[in-house]
Amino acid sequence: MRKDFRTLMRDNAVTIMFVVLCLVAFFLSGQSLGYVAYELFGRLSRNAFIVLALIIPIIAGMGINFAITIGAMAAQIAALWVTEWQIPGLGGFAVAALMTVPIAALFGFLIGKLLNRMKGQEMIGGLILGYFANGLYQLLFLFIFGNLIPLHTDGLVIKGSTGVANTIDLNRIQAALDGIWRLDFNTAFYVCMALAAVWFIVRLAMKKTSAKSGGISLGVLAAVVLIYQIPAIKAGFATLRIPVVTFLVVGLLCLFNVAIMRTRLGQQFRAVGQNMTVANAAGINVDRVRVIAIMISTVFAGLGQLIFVQNFGLFQTYGAHEQVGLYAGAAILVGGASIVRATNGQALLGCILFHTLFIVAPLAGTNLLGDAAIGEYFRVFISYGVIALALVLHAWRGRSEKRDLRALSEKE
Amino acid sequence: MSAEYVLQMKDITKRYGENTVLEDVSLSVRPGEIHALLGENGAGKSTLMNILFGMPVIHATGGFSGTVSLDGAETHIQSPHDAMEKGIGMVHQEFMLLPGFTITENIKLNREITKPNLVSRVFGKNLETLNMKAMAKDARTALDSVGMSIDEYTLVQGLPVGYMQFVEIAREIDKKGIKLLVFDEPTAVLTESEAEQLIRVMKQIAATGIAIIFITHRLDEVIAAADSVTILRDGKLVATRDAKKTNTLELAELMIGRKGESMVTAPDRDKPHGDKVALEINHLCVDMPGEEVRDVSLKVYEGEIFGIGGLAGQGKIGIPSGIMGLYPAAGEVNVFGAAHELGNPRKSLENGLAMVSEDRRGVGLLLEQSIEDNIVFNAMQIKGEYLMGIRLLFSLRDSRKIRKVANQMIKDLDIRCTSALQHAGTLSGGNQQKVCIARALLMRPKLLFVSEPTRGIDIGAKKLVLETLVRLNREQGMTIVMVSSELMELRSICGRIAIVSEGRTVDVLKATDTDVNFGLAMSGIRPNQEGGSVNG
Repeated sequence: MRKDFRTLMRDNAVTIMFVVLCLVAFFLSGQSLGYVAYELFGRLSRNAFIVLALIIPIIAGMGINFAITIGAMAAQIAALWVTEWQIPGLGGFAVAALMTVPIAALFGFLIGKLLNRMKGQEMIGGLILGYFANGLYQLLFLFIFGNLIPLHTDGLVIKGSTGVANTIDLNRIQAALDGIWRLDFNTAFYVCMALAAVWFIVRLAMKKTSAKSGGISLGVLAAVVLIYQIPAIKAGFATLRIPVVTFLVVGLLCLFNVAIMRTRLGQQFRAVGQNMTVANAAGINVDRVRVIAIMISTVFAGLGQLIFVQNFGLFQTYGAHEQVGLYAGAAILVGGASIVRATNGQALLGCILFHTLFIVAPLAGTNLLGDAAIGEYFRVFISYGVIALALVLHAWRGRSEKRDLRALSEKE
Repeated sequence: MSAEYVLQMKDITKRYGENTVLEDVSLSVRPGEIHALLGENGAGKSTLMNILFGMPVIHATGGFSGTVSLDGAETHIQSPHDAMEKGIGMVHQEFMLLPGFTITENIKLNREITKPNLVSRVFGKNLETLNMKAMAKDARTALDSVGMSIDEYTLVQGLPVGYMQFVEIAREIDKKGIKLLVFDEPTAVLTESEAEQLIRVMKQIAATGIAIIFITHRLDEVIAAADSVTILRDGKLVATRDAKKTNTLELAELMIGRKGESMVTAPDRDKPHGDKVALEINHLCVDMPGEEVRDVSLKVYEGEIFGIGGLAGQGKIGIPSGIMGLYPAAGEVNVFGAAHELGNPRKSLENGLAMVSEDRRGVGLLLEQSIEDNIVFNAMQIKGEYLMGIRLLFSLRDSRKIRKVANQMIKDLDIRCTSALQHAGTLSGGNQQKVCIARALLMRPKLLFVSEPTRGIDIGAKKLVLETLVRLNREQGMTIVMVSSELMELRSICGRIAIVSEGRTVDVLKATDTDVNFGLAMSGIRPNQEGGSVNG
């Protein structure tokens, strides 16, 4: 029993640490629950998609795909042209998405080809590739766009100089997706709870889960609904309006991640991820499967970045993509994923924890040390720290699992 | 149409450059028979199987000559995948299983049963949904036919190795149209009862008309399971026998044989060794991947050259590596009467042990460094020799002294090089080996382990290395423990030879013992005592 507890702690060390950190920072910040929830839902709708894009490469054994930065670049190229063509609203967003897919797919193909030449070094390779691509991106935006390929829309080009402006204003497609259908939190909450309840009951009726676990799930639902009835909490969420369509899109991606694993291709991802030699011996084209995994990831990262920029309504031309890979990678690790295992749940949980800390850390920093900048430092420091910690834990876990296995075989 | 032989390989010759590894070897297998393929390491078994499976290594090195026929028709097997499609299956020695998959998923890997869905109609077969139920049903049938009652949804991770072996077999059986199955040392990792079950399963499979090639070194299993036996030695076909008309003694003799005259002979001595025990090993186990030592007890006397032989992967290399502390080890080891601490390489060197590693390019040498730096490295690091200045505070290399001793060693051991400054990486294999020996000698060891000293070096260099060892022993009285896969070498310079099989000492034989005894010992059978193998 004690051993089980230790294993549990060991396997979830990062997540547990983050929960504690979030709670402490939350109390130190002195913020209301309502403010944190408001910020959190905004950030979740912006960021969850891109974090979910990391899952398939992890399962295919390629680690965290830091090259999603390049997918984000593809989205920004598309966003630039949609602005140039001045296509407004949802149409503009749709055109941008349609443009992003082929560009990101091409980039993904090239990244995949390159990563196949550096098997075992995919993470560092993807990271460096991101920096390298940033150089090409700057060449494209500073020199080619606006000079060789003229841009005509006001404000897109730096006045009296060359190259694309520092900030691209996307006011035409701002909230194109978010704004389709917003629901106040109260309604959304009850609808979600009702759907969840129906889901559990259906599974119970079909005998897919045991009565015990089904009962527990329903009990938890009831408890959540009851807690929500506390006036202070209810009031905290009152001003929140949920961008339903954005969350539906996130939900669709979750479904996709589950569904693809039930296909032959998904089986190939998993096989290649576990052991390339065995997969190859079974006649699977390992290189091709890996390229497909990276392509899918890059395309989703592009779409994720598009969701991100439409939410903000503008983006920093030369900086918006830079930290994408770092933050998404840190988020998924915080949720309990490792560089060889990841699920939708871990990605979403990681997103929630990671961004909660980002929301409360600056204020906690102010209250504790009298300087808001501390919180900002904290954010970058934590991101790198989490990734480094996850890598160390991975190596450590691998060793101790081997030790456990050896102890087991000796017992026999 | 059914031909007499399901597989016929005729006059197969394969060369790697100048080196002929297979010469005019023929192998014929009838449908439904179990055909044992027997031979020592390097006899050419794996090369023959590589040819059968069309492995890329064969095509990349200029192919082979001779013909391969399946069901009487000549074929050219291009790749392992091609072999699979032509109905040849392989049960690997290293398990080709995915630990995170269930048994069903492993059996059906890349041959999944799927059903189409909306998306797959647009994007192709790869996106069809898995039909896990149908897959499980097939897996069940295959598992039943190898006599395994285990649940087909169990994860492979954590299964006992014996079970994995049967899952692997079930996967091959599940493949449609399989005609020929190759079992590569399948019993090596099995317990006795599992091995018996395996042989039963093999017979069942053969009874359905599938032919089996059974690669092994356990002679009693050959007699128990096989219908016929083909024996290879040094890349040549020695004999093909009907298993019913032969016995383990004959097979052992055929497998070992005399490989020509020995290159080096150690001068005889009145007294082969002193009375003092130099090294006493009691119940040593070493956890060296691929070379596990399970229970080895030995006594080595002062002043002798003691040999440790056995087939590859049986644990003989693990013995010196474990004693030197390179891998985790347990057991009791006494060196010249004093208890020896395991797991501490530095201590081992300080205690007067030295080792020349079998992996000279990986572990033995600093390839980018000069010969002289390589030679003095251990003496400098462990003993603090060849340094000048104040100890511990600051110390510099004593270049003049280093040069002098290096030149002396180059002369003594006849290391062929341009100068003591030449990089070790640019030397030939034999000369690299001599640099390793020189380094070990500078430690002035009381006991020298030499692990596979002649691996990968040409005949002339082999002779020089072996002669060096004999000279060290005879002239300086150094106790030497030599580990080698080449039995002939051991028998030419060692007084006594321990044969290790499956991590245990089978027997300690005299160099003059019969081939039969050596052959039996190599396959793990302790020879009869009247064979003259009472150890001293």
